Amino acid sequence: MEAGKQHAILFDLTRCSACGECVGACMEKQGFEGDYEQVKDLSATSYTACRNVVAPDDEEYGLRNLCRHCVEPTCASVCPVTALEKTPEGPVVYDASKCMGCRYCMTACPFNIPRYEWDSPMPEVRKCDMCHDRLAKGEVTACADACPNEATVCGTRDELIADARERFKEDPDDYHHHIYGEHEIGGTNVMFISPFPAETLLGYKPELGTKPLSERTWRVLSKIPNIAIFAGATMGALWWLTARRDEVRAHEAAKRLGVDPKHNGQARQ
Amino acid sequence: MPFWRGVFYLLIAMGLVLTVVRFSQGLGSVTNLSDSYPWGLWVGFDLLCGVGLAAGGFVITAVVYIFHIERMRPIVRPAIITAFLGYLLVSAALLFDLGRPWNIWHPLILWNPSSVMFEVAWCVMLYSTVLGLEFSGMVFEKLRWKRAVKVQKMISVPLVIAGVVLSTLHQSSLGTMYLIMPGKLHALWYTPLLPLLFLVSAVSVGLAMVIIESKLSARSLGMSLEVPLLRTIGRALVGVLGLFGFLRVYDLLDRGMLAEAFSFSYESCLFLVEFGLGVVLPMALLLIPKIRMSTRGLYAGALLAVMGFVVNRLNVSLTGFETAQGGHYIPSWAEVAITMMFVALGFAAFRFIAKHFPVYAEHGTTPPSEVPSVLPADIEEPVAANGVKTTWERTFLDLPDEAGRL
Ligand code: SF4
Ligand code: SF4
Repeated sequence: MEAGKQHAILFDLTRCSACGECVGACMEKQGFEGDYEQVKDLSATSYTACRNVVAPDDEEYGLRNLCRHCVEPTCASVCPVTALEKTPEGPVVYDASKCMGCRYCMTACPFNIPRYEWDSPMPEVRKCDMCHDRLAKGEVTACADACPNEATVCGTRDELIADARERFKEDPDDYHHHIYGEHEIGGTNVMFISPFPAETLLGYKPELGTKPLSERTWRVLSKIPNIAIFAGATMGALWWLTARRDEVRAHEAAKRLGVDPKHNGQARQ
Repeated sequence: MPFWRGVFYLLIAMGLVLTVVRFSQGLGSVTNLSDSYPWGLWVGFDLLCGVGLAAGGFVITAVVYIFHIERMRPIVRPAIITAFLGYLLVSAALLFDLGRPWNIWHPLILWNPSSVMFEVAWCVMLYSTVLGLEFSGMVFEKLRWKRAVKVQKMISVPLVIAGVVLSTLHQSSLGTMYLIMPGKLHALWYTPLLPLLFLVSAVSVGLAMVIIESKLSARSLGMSLEVPLLRTIGRALVGVLGLFGFLRVYDLLDRGMLAEAFSFSYESCLFLVEFGLGVVLPMALLLIPKIRMSTRGLYAGALLAVMGFVVNRLNVSLTGFETAQGGHYIPSWAEVAITMMFVALGFAAFRFIAKHFPVYAEHGTTPPSEVPSVLPADIEEPVAANGVKTTWERTFLDLPDEAGRL
């Protein structure tokens, strides 16, 4: 499915009061025990977290963190065994039965999202799955459902981008006019709008650029067939050339010394 | 040596206990890994350094089988064994690091060609097979299976070529793995040149390890390589270190990072240690004739090169992430102990094989019928007699005269 038609989430910092309802709803949906008010950060048993952030003008806003469900997910591109996959509908989902636990997805995710069950002998990678089962039934995600302020809303990616632009137009002074996740690293399905520039705060660091990160490794990987053929052919050619050179030299040396080259080596012993 | 034997058994005993804890309680019970530092010592040292330190296998086999530099033949077998053992140990260490090691074979059936790790997995599997086949020659000789020895000899050149290709690919790919982490890996190490830098440094450390191994086996087994041969390797090491140093500085200049490299920030200091002690100093040492001519000097130079290599790989995999990730990762004693167990196993296995298999057979004691009919000494005789050597020979062969002088 085209990225614009995929399920997506828009989060608006100006509307969030960091009440934690989304965290509680998420934990309940996923069947995690614990007190959602104590959640400070993502963990293997909380796929989202929210906190207060202070803007440059000293105003306080709420901000939640969750998997961005990237349009071209870095985690899925690095997984050697396709345990993480982008579904055509948008969510990026994980299949523990395929996973070998290399944790490349964790080191590669530019937003540091995936968490690990460090204390389990059969550990799994843990991250938000965008409630893909609820979405399939036509419902919104548990977090969007729970939010009392509509800070988190669900829709298609195109709809939400249009919605964000609409908000910029209606209250131009309340926003920094940039949709985080529209273009960064090829786009993300979870997008953010903020009253102040927040690329670092939101993890959309400028050095990431607007191209999918997987392009950086693919540039090298795609050359592998050529490198292999070139290296193999060069080695073969050098093997033949040096063998031939030695043969010629031995022959000439033998001629000069008046010895039969065939017995040269043994004569020495 | 009862002392080392004691250390060995202690390391193994400790390792075994920790192994039980690791597999029954999970990674968190023995490691300092966390969600901010999902990769630690076992990836940074056991995997990245282990694979690099075993690079001598493909370098030396290529030098002898492809470039026909027969003088190097005595090193071929020790190099193959070290490489084979190295890859076996890396694979074993990987089983400890993987969260779900029972799925380690999944890359065979679940393909993701866009993943660098997928490519590394395949190359390492195939190259380990190549090394196994190269090693099999020694086993067949020991068992006196004449036909098998013959067949193995017949496929040796294709095997070596396959080994060079596979090594080029995965040694560089270990660097490519980090190309997907801009903004996380510090800019002193994050460069598009990473794959090339990893390949070149693997070659240099592969050579350095040959010198170190010779010294170690001289000590414990009473077998070592001729000094002129070691000197030649020392000279090649200078060349490869020089290439690495050039690429590294060129890259920093190109990206405008040279000022940063000398800013004496945390990362800058790490870089200076890695580059100064691991590249500049060993090169300087090995370029001074008096030092290069002494076994000790050679050994010191090689040791520095290896240490610089290890620091570099740890910077790329661990310390280079500290600014972006916050906090520090310091391996737990248990992580170090398990790594030490693998190192100890490696030493023991090498000793065992060197004692029981014809490792140094091609060195000195070769039966006359096996001597290649043309020895390079014969070939060069007319040239060397009037004292003229080509640049190529002076640089790479460093042919000694009869007295062994260079
Ligand atoms: S935010 Fe990270 S974990 Fe989520 S889809 Fe993107 S790369 Fe994967
Ligand atoms: S830890 Fe599992 S999901 Fe993550 S990259 Fe490795 S195999 Fe894939």
